[in-house]
Amino acid sequence: MTVVASPAEIETGNTRRFLAAPRWLIAYLQATPLLLILGFFFVLPILMIIVVSFWDYDFAGLYPDFLAMNYTDTLGSWVTWKTYLNTMKFTALTWALTLVIGFWVAYFLAFHIRTTTMQMALFLVCTVPFLTSNIIRMISWIPVLGRNGLVNSTLIELGIVPEPVDWLLYSDFAVVLAMVHLNTLFMVTPIFNTLMRIDRSLIEAARDCGASGWQVLWNVVLPLAKPGMAIGSIFVVTLVMADFSTVQVMSGGQSASVALMMKNQMSLLQYPAAAANAVVLLIVVLLMVAAILRVVDIRREL
Amino acid sequence: MNRDARTKEFYILAAFFALFVLFLYGPLSAIVILSFQGPDGGLTFPLNGVSLHWFYNLFETQAVGDFGASFRRSFTLGLMVTVTNVVVALLAGLAFRNRFRGSTALFYLTVASLVVPSIIISLGIGVVFQQFGLRPAWYSSGFGAHLTWTLPFGVLIMLAVFNRFSPAYEEAARDLGATPWQTFRHVVLPMIAPSLIGVGLFGFTLSYDEFARTLMTSGTYNTLPLEIYAMTTNVTTPVLYALGTVTTLFSFTVILLTVAVILLLRRRQAKLS
Repeated sequence: MTVVASPAEIETGNTRRFLAAPRWLIAYLQATPLLLILGFFFVLPILMIIVVSFWDYDFAGLYPDFLAMNYTDTLGSWVTWKTYLNTMKFTALTWALTLVIGFWVAYFLAFHIRTTTMQMALFLVCTVPFLTSNIIRMISWIPVLGRNGLVNSTLIELGIVPEPVDWLLYSDFAVVLAMVHLNTLFMVTPIFNTLMRIDRSLIEAARDCGASGWQVLWNVVLPLAKPGMAIGSIFVVTLVMADFSTVQVMSGGQSASVALMMKNQMSLLQYPAAAANAVVLLIVVLLMVAAILRVVDIRREL
Repeated sequence: MNRDARTKEFYILAAFFALFVLFLYGPLSAIVILSFQGPDGGLTFPLNGVSLHWFYNLFETQAVGDFGASFRRSFTLGLMVTVTNVVVALLAGLAFRNRFRGSTALFYLTVASLVVPSIIISLGIGVVFQQFGLRPAWYSSGFGAHLTWTLPFGVLIMLAVFNRFSPAYEEAARDLGATPWQTFRHVVLPMIAPSLIGVGLFGFTLSYDEFARTLMTSGTYNTLPLEIYAMTTNVTTPVLYALGTVTTLFSFTVILLTVAVILLLRRRQAKLS
C-alpha cells in the first residue's frame, strides 16, 4: 500500500492506484466491524448493567433512580458471602485439578510423542469432546455416577461397599468433577503451545550440566511453561467463577454459585438486583484476571 | 526428546494420558450406548433390550420439546456466526498487522469480551434490548451475544497466525507487480485458508453449543442447548440420551469434515510448493 510507485510498478506500467489510502486509514476500516460488534453487544450492555444496578424496581417494572440499595442488599446479606465462598471453593478445586491434569497431558504430548502427526492426532482426540455440547456432557455423568450407575454397581459387585455411595452424583464432588471434565482443555492447549516452543537444546544443556529429570522439570520446563499456565488459568477461573449450569445440573439444585443466584434474580425479573450482583462479580473476576496477568504478557504469547 | 528406548516416565505418562482420554470419552460412550435402550429401559445400565425406540420418540414433537425446530435455529445461527466470525476476525487480524492508534485498547477489549462472565453479557444485552424497546430474538440479540464469545477466539487465532506470517511473500508479490488486492487474493489468502477454516469451525461449534449467553437473549424461541437444558429438568427417559447422541454425532461430523478439508488444503499447498 505505498503511495509512491515502486520501480517495478513504473516498469510494468502498473501505476493505477485505486487503494492509495494511507495505511492507518485502511487499518481503521479493517478494525471497524470488530469495534462496532463489541461496542454494541459488549461495551453498551456492560454500561447498561452499571446504570441499571442503581435503579429501583418492584414486581411491575424498573424505575430509573440513583440508589445504593441493590449494593447494600447484596453485600449486606450473608447469603451472598456464603455463595461467594462456595463459588471460590469450586474455582480453587477446579483450577488446581485442571492445572495438574492439563500440565501432564500437555507435557506427555510435547515431550514424549515423537512425530508431529501423532502429536496432532492425539491432541485432536483431546479436543473433540470439548467441541460437543456442554450440557450433554454433564448429563452423561448421570448413568456413570448415579445410585445404580456404573461406578456404584462396580463397587458393589467387587464387594468394596455394601450399598450404593450417595455422594457421587448431585453433590459438590459431582460439580467439581464435571467442571474438570468440561474445562481441562483450556489448560492443555496453551500449556502444550508453550511447551512446544521451548528450545530443546536448553533441556540438553541442563542434562549436560548434570541435572536430574526432576531438576530439569522444576528449573527449566516449569518456568518456561508459566505463560501457558497463566493463560489456561484465566480461562478456567473466569469460566468457573461465572458458571451456573454445571452447578445447577450436577448438584441437583443443592449447591449455589454467584451466577446461579443472579440467574434466579433474573427469572424473577429483579434486574437491578441481578445487575448489582453482576457488577460485584465482574469486579471480582477482573481482579483475579489482573492478578494472573502479572505473570504473563498475553500479546507476547500469541 | 531422546531417541533411545522408552523410559519409565513415558509409560507412566502414557497410562495417565490413556486415563484422561477414558475420562473424556467414557461418560459420552455410556449415553450413546444407553440411547439404544428398549422401550421400557431406564436411565441407567443394564440395557433392557436394544431398539431405536427413543430415537423415534425424539422426532415425535409431542413427546419432548420441539427438537427439530430448535436444531434448525441453532444450525442457522451457527452458520451466521461462522460467516461473520471469519470475515470480521480476518479483517481485524489484517488491521492488527499495522500499529494503529488504539490498537492496544481494541485488543484488550477483545480479550475482555472473553473474560467477562457469560451470564453478565446475557443480562446486559437482555436489559439493553428491553430498555430500547427492541424484541430480543435468537437472530438479533442472540446472534450478537454469540459473537461476543466467538469473535475474540477468532481474532486471537488470526493474531497468532499473522504473527508467524512472513511479509516476504507479499513483498515478492508486490515486486512482481501484483496489486494489493491480487497480493491478498493469490498470496495471503491461500496461505491462511486452513486457519480461516479453523476459525469458522471454532465459531460454529462454540455457537452451536452456546448456552449461558443465549439464556436472556434468545427471545421467544429456544436454541438447541436451551431446549436440552429445559429437558434436563423435566424429561426422565432415555430420549434425553438419544438427543445427546444425535447432537454429539452431528458435532463429530462437522469437526471431522473440517479436519478433512484442512488436510486437503495442506496437501494441495504441499504439491504447489
